[in-house]
Amino acid sequence: MRARVLVVVLLLLLTGCSSGGGRDDGRITLRFQSLAWQQESVEANKELVKEWNAVHPDIQVEYVQGSWDGVHDQLLTSFEGGEAPDIIHDASDDLADFAYGGYLADLTDLLSERLKADIPRRSWETTTFGDGVYGVPFLQEPRVLVANATWLKEAGVRVPTPEKPWTWAEFRAVTEELSGDGKYGVAWPLKEPVSATLNLSLSSGGRMFHRGPDGKVEIRFDDTDAVVPRTVHEQVNTDRSAAGSTLGMGGSDTLPGFFGGRYAMVPLGFSYRQQIVQQAPKGFDWQVLPAPAGADGLAQGVSPQTLSIAEDSPHQMQAAAFIDFMLRPENMVRLALGDWMLPTGTEALRDPALRTQKHDWATGTALAAHLRSAPAQSVRGYPEWKDKIATPALQEYYSGAIGLDELRERLVEDGNLVLARYQR
Amino acid sequence: MRTRRAARAGQYLALLAYLVFLAFPFLWLLSTAFKPPRELGSLHPTWIPKDPTLANFRQAFDEQPLLDALFNSLVAAVGAAVVAVLIATPLAYVIARRRSLLSRAATGWVVVSQAFPFVLVIIPLFLVLKNLRLIDSVPGLIMVYVVWALPFALWMLVGYVRAVPPELEEAAAVDGAGRARTLVSVTAPMLAPGIVATALFAFVTAWNEFFFALVLLKSPEKQTLPVVLTHFIGAEGVADLGPLAAAAFLATLPSLVIFAVIQKRITGGMLAGAVKS
Repeated sequence: MRARVLVVVLLLLLTGCSSGGGRDDGRITLRFQSLAWQQESVEANKELVKEWNAVHPDIQVEYVQGSWDGVHDQLLTSFEGGEAPDIIHDASDDLADFAYGGYLADLTDLLSERLKADIPRRSWETTTFGDGVYGVPFLQEPRVLVANATWLKEAGVRVPTPEKPWTWAEFRAVTEELSGDGKYGVAWPLKEPVSATLNLSLSSGGRMFHRGPDGKVEIRFDDTDAVVPRTVHEQVNTDRSAAGSTLGMGGSDTLPGFFGGRYAMVPLGFSYRQQIVQQAPKGFDWQVLPAPAGADGLAQGVSPQTLSIAEDSPHQMQAAAFIDFMLRPENMVRLALGDWMLPTGTEALRDPALRTQKHDWATGTALAAHLRSAPAQSVRGYPEWKDKIATPALQEYYSGAIGLDELRERLVEDGNLVLARYQR
Repeated sequence: MRTRRAARAGQYLALLAYLVFLAFPFLWLLSTAFKPPRELGSLHPTWIPKDPTLANFRQAFDEQPLLDALFNSLVAAVGAAVVAVLIATPLAYVIARRRSLLSRAATGWVVVSQAFPFVLVIIPLFLVLKNLRLIDSVPGLIMVYVVWALPFALWMLVGYVRAVPPELEEAAAVDGAGRARTLVSVTAPMLAPGIVATALFAFVTAWNEFFFALVLLKSPEKQTLPVVLTHFIGAEGVADLGPLAAAAFLATLPSLVIFAVIQKRITGGMLAGAVKS
C-alpha cells in the first residue's frame, strides 16, 4: 500500500511539473536573454520590453533573466542544442568563439543605418570578427581612479581632469607622496590582472598582440607594453605606495579600506560608483579621476556589453528591429543610467543626464572618446594564454616574485607557443 | 588521572574549534544579511550589526521570485533523492550480496563514472533531453540529478548493505521467514540509516546544483534557488552583497531543518548488539 502511495506521489510530482508547451496563436515571440542584474537595470530592461510589446502585438518579446555566472557555457549548450534565445545579451570579449563558430548572425545587413551611424567605429571594432559584425556594443565602462577627495585636497596634489590627466610617472610620484604611516596612495585590485593591464596599456601605446599580413597573431612585449606593469610593480615593491595585500582582491574588496582611510585611490570600473554611493560612510567625499595618460593619451581598452542575434533564430529581422528600439538614444540613456555605465551611442552620450557633475557622470562621459576595443579579444587562444600564462606571470611580477625579464619571457615565449596551437 | 583530564579538555577544545570553523561562514552570512549597505563597506566589520535591517530581505524578495525558486528546488531535490534511493537500494543489495564478476564490474564503473566533469556531458545530455522534450522542465532536471547522484548513492548503499550481517537474514530464514518477509522485516530496518544518509546525499547534491539547472531550465518560473541567487551577481563577480546574503541565508534554511530532523536517524546505532561474534 505504502509503495503504491509513493508511486502515485512520484507520478504526480513528475507530471505536475512538466512543461506546458508552446502557444500557437500566430504571433511571433522572441526570447531576449538579459544579463542585467542591478535592480535599476533590470527595471529599465523590463520596462523597455513592456513598451515594445505594447506597440508590437504581432512581435512579442519574452524577457528571460540570464546570469553572468556561467553564461558562456550556458549559451554554448543552448546553441549546440538549437535552443538559444533569439536576442542575446553578452560582452564583446565573450563573442569570438560564438562568432567564429557560426552561432551568431552577422548583423551587417540587419541593423538600421541610424544605429550603425550612431555607434562609433571604434566601438563596432569590439564586435567585428573577420568580415562580420556579431553584436551591437551598447554599454561600456572605462577604468577610472576613484579618489578620496579630502585626502587629495589636504595633500595639495594637482587633481587631474580628462583635459589634463596625470602621466604614469606623475601618478607614481603622487601616490608616493600620499603614502606613509601604514597608508597607501593607491590600492590595485588585480584579482584579474590581465584585462586591467592590457586595457590600461593602450594609453602608453602598448599592443602586445600584433597581427601579421598572413593574419597570424604574434605576442611581443615592447617598452610601451611595460609602462603600466612596471608602474604597478614599482609602486608595490619599491615605493611602497600601493598595498601589496590588495593585489589578489576584486574591486569591491578594496572599498572598506578606501572608506576607512587606508588607501587614497582605487582604480575601478566606472560602474562601481553605485556601490560607493550605497556603502560610503556619511560625509565621505569621493571623486572620479581619469586613469593616467601615456604616449597615446587616455586611450584604454574596453569590452562593451553587447546585444547579438542567434544564427538559428527564424526571426532575425524582427530581433534586429527590437535591438534598434532598445538602443534608441533615449533608451540607451535609460540602460546606461540603470547600469551606471556609459552608452556607446554618440547621441546618448550628449544627454544632459550623463553630463551632470552628480556622481561624476561628466568625467566618465569625457573619457568615452578614448575607449578602444580591448586588445586580443578577437585572438583565438587568448583565453588559454590569459589563464595559463599571463595571469600567474603578472601576479608573480606584481607581487615581486619575478622581474621584468622573466615576465617578458613567459608572456612572449610561452604565450606564442599557446597561440601557435590555435593558428595552425 | 590529570593527564587523562587534560587530554579530554584538549579533545573538547579541538571539537569546539572545529565547530566554530564550520559555523563561521553561516554566522557571517547571517550577520551580513541583516547589515545595511554602509556597514558592509566598513573597514572594521562587527559580528552583530550596529543598525540591523530587514531591507536586504525585502529587496531580495522584491527583485527575485525566491519562493517559486525555493519550491522548485525542493521539488527537484526531494524528487531526485526519492528516485535515486528507490533505484539504488535494490541494486546495491544485489551487488553486495551476489559477489560476481558483474557486480565487481558494476562497482568499478560506478567509480569511473565519477570522473566525468559537467562540461563534458552537458551538451550530449542537453540533446538527449531535448529529444525527450524534457528541456525546461523540472522532471527533466530531476532525471539528470538522479543520474548524476546514482553512482555515488549506489556506492554508499553497497557499503551499508555489506554492513548488515547475512547471518541475520539466514536466521530469519531458519525461523521460517520467506525472502520478501526477511527483506522487509529484517534487512530494511537495519538499512534505514544508510538509506536516509544516501537520500540526504542525493538531496544536498541536487539542492546545491547550479550548472545543470542554469542550462536546462529557461523559464523564469521554473528556475531553482542556486540559479536565482546568481541574479544578485554581476559581471566580474561584483555582487549586491546584502540581498545576496539574505537570499543565501534563506536558501540554507530548508536543508538545515531537514538535517536537524533526520540526523538521529543517521546516527542511530541500529546494529548495536544485533549479533554475538
